Formats: sequence, C-alpha cells, structure tokens
Amino acid sequence: MSNQPHIYHYRRVVRAKMFIDSNFPEKINLDNIADEASFSKFHFIRLFRSIYGKTPHQYLIFVRIEKAKELLHRGEPVADSCFAVGFESLTSFSALFRKVTGISPSAYLKEQIKRNIAIAKVPLRFIPGCFAEAKSWK
Amino acid sequence: MLHCPNAPLPHCPITLMPQCPNAQLRNFEEVQRLHSIFLCKKTEAMISRLSHISVYVLDQESAYNFYVNKLGFKVHTDAAMGPGMRWLTVTTPEQPDLEITLMPITEGMMFTKESAAAMRDLVKKGTFGFGVFECKDIHATYEELKAKGVEFSKEPKKEFYGIEALFKDDSGNWFSLGQKE
Repeated sequence: MSNQPHIYHYRRVVRAKMFIDSNFPEKINLDNIADEASFSKFHFIRLFRSIYGKTPHQYLIFVRIEKAKELLHRGEPVADSCFAVGFESLTSFSALFRKVTGISPSAYLKEQIKRNIAIAKVPLRFIPGCFAEAKSWK
Repeated sequence: MLHCPNAPLPHCPITLMPQCPNAQLRNFEEVQRLHSIFLCKKTEAMISRLSHISVYVLDQESAYNFYVNKLGFKVHTDAAMGPGMRWLTVTTPEQPDLEITLMPITEGMMFTKESAAAMRDLVKKGTFGFGVFECKDIHATYEELKAKGVEFSKEPKKEFYGIEALFKDDSGNWFSLGQKE
C-alpha cells in the first residue's frame, strides 16, 4: 500500500466507480463524478486511473458499451440499446461500439439473435455431453 | 484483424493468435473452437485447456444475482431445459472461454435424495473452496464487493505469494481473491 492511494481514497474512488455503474444511463459529467468522490477534479482523475486503468470518462463509455452488449445479447434492437445506456446519438454509439468490440452493433445483434435461437432450439449443442447425460437431458 | 467481441481484453485467445489460418471467419464460437484445435496441434498437448468448471449452488436465481450483479461476471449460456431445469454458465470478464457452471444441488440423476441433502448441508457449512479469482487492484475490489454485501472471511492481506482475501458466495462456497505483486 505504500506507493498506492490510502484506503480512505480507495473508498471514495470505489464509491464514484459504483456511482457510474448505477447511473450510467443518465447525463453524467466529470464534475458530478468528482463531486460524488469529494475530490478536486484532477486529483480524482489521477486516482481513478491508477486504480481502474481508465479515466472516469473512459470508464463511463466502457460501462455503456458493456451494458449495450448485454442488451444486444438479449436481442434488444440497436437503437433501443443505444438510448437505454445513455448515448444520445446512434452514429457515435455505432462508431464507439465498433471501436471497442471490432464489430458493428447490428452485426453483433445479428450474431446474438442467431445464437439465442440456436440455444432455444438445440440447447444441448451448448452443454457438454457428460452433464446432459448425467441429468438425462436429451 | 479478427472480429472478436472481446478484442480489447488482454487475454483474449483470438487476438493473441492473429496468425491463425482461420482469421477470415466471423463466427465467434467457431473461431474459438478452431483456435483450440490450432493450439492443440501446435503444442501437441493431450489436454490443452479447461472449458467448464462447476460450482454447486443452493439456488440458481440467487447465484445468478450474486455472480452477475455483485461479482460482475458475464452470462455465457442461460438455457431452459424443461420444467425447473436450467443450464446456467457465467464467465469472468477477461476469461470468456472458461465457463463456470452454476449447478443447482437438486435430487435427480446426479444426486440421490440423501446425497443432495448432504451436499446442500456441506455447501452451506462452507466446506468447499472452489478456486482463486484474480483482480488488478484487490483493495478497490474488496471495498466494492464489501459495499455490495459480499461476506469476507479474510481482509486483503499481504502474503508471500501476493495479496489475498477470502470471500463466500451466496451459497457458502468460498473463494480466494488475489492480486499478484
């Protein structure tokens, strides 16, 4: 701990990270997040990055993309997923999604729908045979 | 570059293998499967990797909430297998190809009525330790999980092998949480 932030700072930064996790669909700006942690903006960004490897802004984008992936995973339409996680522009969402995942949201959704249909139709394709046999799943 | 949904992750097996001859494939699972074959051939290993591990849980829905909403794991496969039966696997965020099966302890083909009752009792008592999870910053992870109500039996402590904490899941299974130094 000697070269790392004090545990008191950990708690504040963790609280701010959890604030992002809970409020990502809302309009959050950095000042709100720094206020949540009761820090000066620059001190807060430095600490946040030292702990999570991302600036709060980068982390917010990361959370939104991850949540969008979860929605697309469940088969939600691209536009609904985009706005549900807090993006205001479909274009910027698509560009960021592609940048992070290497694939467009619509292509990702298509893959997930295909996979969900396959799971519903032939679930045993996704379950190791030994487990299915032990449970008498046919 | 491959179209891997986990491309930014440091341990993604697909991005680690850009020279794979099947780089043109776009189906994630198919690419993963072919990579496994490719790696097997390359190393000539009899057993090359672990794909599934089971954690016995008292209640799958409660376990889903614990592993997904508290630990932050990702749902890999959630398949209804008939009345009251569900195949549920999760993965850690950076290890999408190791499925952790949340296996309910119910009377059936795997357990007799007596062994299911005995197993449930043992799990509740915290008899089983299933493994070690790694994180980049154990103090931050500990603070977050504690705030989410995860029960720890050991706070982060510096040991000769790294920093370690111990926590229990919602059933009673315990895990080590570690940070390498």
